[in-house]
Amino acid sequence: MKQKLVVIGAGMASGRVLEHLTDAEPDNWDITLFNAEPRGNYNRIMLSPVLSGEKTYEEIITHDADWYAARGVTCRFGEAVTAINRDTKTVHGAGGDVPYEKLVIATGSAPFIIPVSGKDLPGVITYRDLDDTNAMVEAAGKGGSAVVIRGGLLGLEAAAGLSLRGMDVTVLHLNGHLMERQLDESAGYLLRRDLEKRGITIKTQASTKAILGKDRAEAVLLESDEILPADLVVMAVGIRPEIRLATDAGLSVARGIEIDAQMMTSDPDIFAVGECVDFNGHLFGLVAPLYDQAKVLAQTLMGDPAAFVVKDIATKLKVTGCDLFSAGDFAEGEGREDIVFRDPARGIYKRLVLEDDRLIGAVMYGDTADGNWFFGLIKDGTDIEEMRETLIFGPAYQGGGQTDPLSAVAALPPEAEICGCNGICKGQIVEAIAAGATDLGAIKATTKASASCGTCTGLVEQVLQVTLGDSFQMPTAQPICGCCDLTHEDVRRLIKSQEMKSQEAVWQELGWKTRNGCHVCRPAVNFYLLADWPVEYLDDPQSRFVNERKHANIQKDGTFSVVPRMWGGITTADELRAIADAADKYNVPTVKVTGGQRIDLLGVKGADLPFIWDDLNKAGMVSGHAYSKGLRTVKTCVGTDHCRFGTQDSTGLGIKLEKLLWGSWTPHKVKLAVSGCPRNCAEATCKDVGIICVDSGYQVSVAGAAGMDLKETEGLAVAATEQEAIDLTVAFVQLYRENAKYLDRAYKWVAKVGLDWVKERVVDDLDERKRLIAAFDLSQSIYRKDPWAEHAQQVERYQPLADLTLEAAE
Amino acid sequence: MSWIDIGAIDEVPLRGARVLKTNVGCVAVFRTGPDEVFAVSDTCPHKGGPLSDGIVHGQSVTCPLHNWVFDLNTGQAQGADAGHIATYPVRVDAGRIQIDGSVLRQRSVA
Repeated sequence: MKQKLVVIGAGMASGRVLEHLTDAEPDNWDITLFNAEPRGNYNRIMLSPVLSGEKTYEEIITHDADWYAARGVTCRFGEAVTAINRDTKTVHGAGGDVPYEKLVIATGSAPFIIPVSGKDLPGVITYRDLDDTNAMVEAAGKGGSAVVIRGGLLGLEAAAGLSLRGMDVTVLHLNGHLMERQLDESAGYLLRRDLEKRGITIKTQASTKAILGKDRAEAVLLESDEILPADLVVMAVGIRPEIRLATDAGLSVARGIEIDAQMMTSDPDIFAVGECVDFNGHLFGLVAPLYDQAKVLAQTLMGDPAAFVVKDIATKLKVTGCDLFSAGDFAEGEGREDIVFRDPARGIYKRLVLEDDRLIGAVMYGDTADGNWFFGLIKDGTDIEEMRETLIFGPAYQGGGQTDPLSAVAALPPEAEICGCNGICKGQIVEAIAAGATDLGAIKATTKASASCGTCTGLVEQVLQVTLGDSFQMPTAQPICGCCDLTHEDVRRLIKSQEMKSQEAVWQELGWKTRNGCHVCRPAVNFYLLADWPVEYLDDPQSRFVNERKHANIQKDGTFSVVPRMWGGITTADELRAIADAADKYNVPTVKVTGGQRIDLLGVKGADLPFIWDDLNKAGMVSGHAYSKGLRTVKTCVGTDHCRFGTQDSTGLGIKLEKLLWGSWTPHKVKLAVSGCPRNCAEATCKDVGIICVDSGYQVSVAGAAGMDLKETEGLAVAATEQEAIDLTVAFVQLYRENAKYLDRAYKWVAKVGLDWVKERVVDDLDERKRLIAAFDLSQSIYRKDPWAEHAQQVERYQPLADLTLEAAE
Repeated sequence: MSWIDIGAIDEVPLRGARVLKTNVGCVAVFRTGPDEVFAVSDTCPHKGGPLSDGIVHGQSVTCPLHNWVFDLNTGQAQGADAGHIATYPVRVDAGRIQIDGSVLRQRSVA
């Protein structure tokens, strides 16, 4: 016999209750769901991104009518419940009565409206649901001025969204600083400054006297008698639990519907959950405790023991670019001490409040990467005496020289909470990964982690990476590594705009959290610096991967491979003789012809490198850079020299390009090819730059790939002359050098910036093309030289520092 | 302790390493700061990568083969990887690097 369950309100809390219930006992319940809003359940926390245009409504739906239907839930959407009759155990809706055995009230909350004159004028709206959001979007479409009353979490998200949509926004706040419940004055100041930079006007200690207007809102009058024009007034003053139905039904009600720890109201067959409840004097407005309640209620309904407890919660603001975090209690008080860190230039403020060697509160602005770690210390009541001196610098500075960016996540115990909204621990995520959820979307779908407010997305991705290793590709908007909070793109931009010309400057000015970076960021920063400041910055070999430091490719047994350059794939009998001699002299076990039209000597001992290079140098050969993020090969066909189909001198052009480009460092390796006719024997259409000669000139195409991905090049331009083909190639390579993320091949970079963007600079804008070529030439005046010749003079660098085996033998 | 002179500090590049051949195998001598040196086994316990060819950062090195990171103080692998490399007492005296020969000998016996 199915139990009749009626649920009033289809919000985030009740949605979660029904999910738990229908997952565990799909056949035990006959459920009817009422919702005053004419739609199902969506993620209300994400309304702000919808308002700002960063997301659409469809993206934030969590349970639509189909979902409920699939679970056998009868939906009465758009129908408000008008009464509960406890004697007959029925609820009364416009479409008729429905009997219940168990009833869940999940009516949520209603926005609080300050009782000033004009509050009912059209153009005055609250910020609570999708209709409010849509009303704001519509109003913003007409432009004009908006006044947001109260600078709390919701009000500021509304203000930022309206501002992004082009309105002239003023925020009125009664208190002395913004978000006074979550922030202290200093953090409030930084937040205000950031919002003002976006053109939002902030008025603190501003009390609203009236909303003026004839047929609709036109202005807001302040107690100070100041008048602010307003086409739209958003009241984001606060919320109060929606308790009317419960009060009318005679249930015990305080500020909200009173419940016990099992979510039961004063009537044992009626339960309440979400923002409408009052638990021992606590009201709830954030999602994490609501989900806890939902779980408890589902268990109570199924007859399992469960109890709801109030936990500390942390706050983050969802305004892109305003990074703040607050948790715990940060009021000043007797016996409490502060640790404060400020970096005025970067707009960073961090304050930790300690009591009895425990962390009890944290407020952070500008850099909140360590927020969850601090929050964990607060929740667990960890004794921080030992790490007090470095506490404020976060987990990276605790416990010795921990520099691996993922080590903090790797070290977390399975029960460490990753997603606060949904109460998902690391262990659950790891289990989900083991069960086949190997990307963020799958983790969201199977565990709900990061599916609500999304601020733990980075952590979830780190868990994925720690668990999956190299097979997990981090999304691109991540910081370079754990040493900093900036993306590759940000670091590149700042190196240029702030004219930073040394790694030390980058680490200092951009707030590196480690002493001198790590194996991930060092090579990237080294490249960015030498690409942007070829004359001023000195390449740092110690920031290079071994292959580029030793100018040879390390093999799995620690030996190296040596590949001399063969310009355009052309060699001579003398060169081949010298290569053969070298192979004999240094006992090279494997000699291989490469796909790039040259010869690879594999298995050379590290200590022999300077000598084999010297031998090859003497025969006129130089490094083939087969190991570098730089120009590798220019593959050619024989073109007009020998081929009866050749239309141009493809070999000659290939050699010219290789002689021009060799030695240059690039974000990733660069391979070229030139084919003498459209038969394309040099396979030019899968290269970073491929040129196909035709009767009328040269088809220059770019952004091909034939590795992890297979992709045909896209046409950049058709050049009439060989010189123009060379110019286009050089300008393209330089644009790639100046803009791409380190380790993005050209095709990945072009996919990000768009081929049109590249064409504008390389093809259309002749001045820019000229500038790119000049910048490349300047860089090449430093780097177009043979590293082997240089290193062959530093024989000792390749030898052991000392050999104690000899001394021991004496 | 019996300190053996193995070379001048300047012979090891800053944030770099050089190899020391011993009877217990190759030892990597790292220079993490102007006067800060460490000596550890040159062989990564994962796939035998030459740690002296890795990128040196802070007081750690990243193996050039598969990016295992080792703390040069303890020899412990960092992050998710589990492994350990031998560490050897080493010091700088008047610009010269010295290594404790007794430890190298003990280990060769053991």
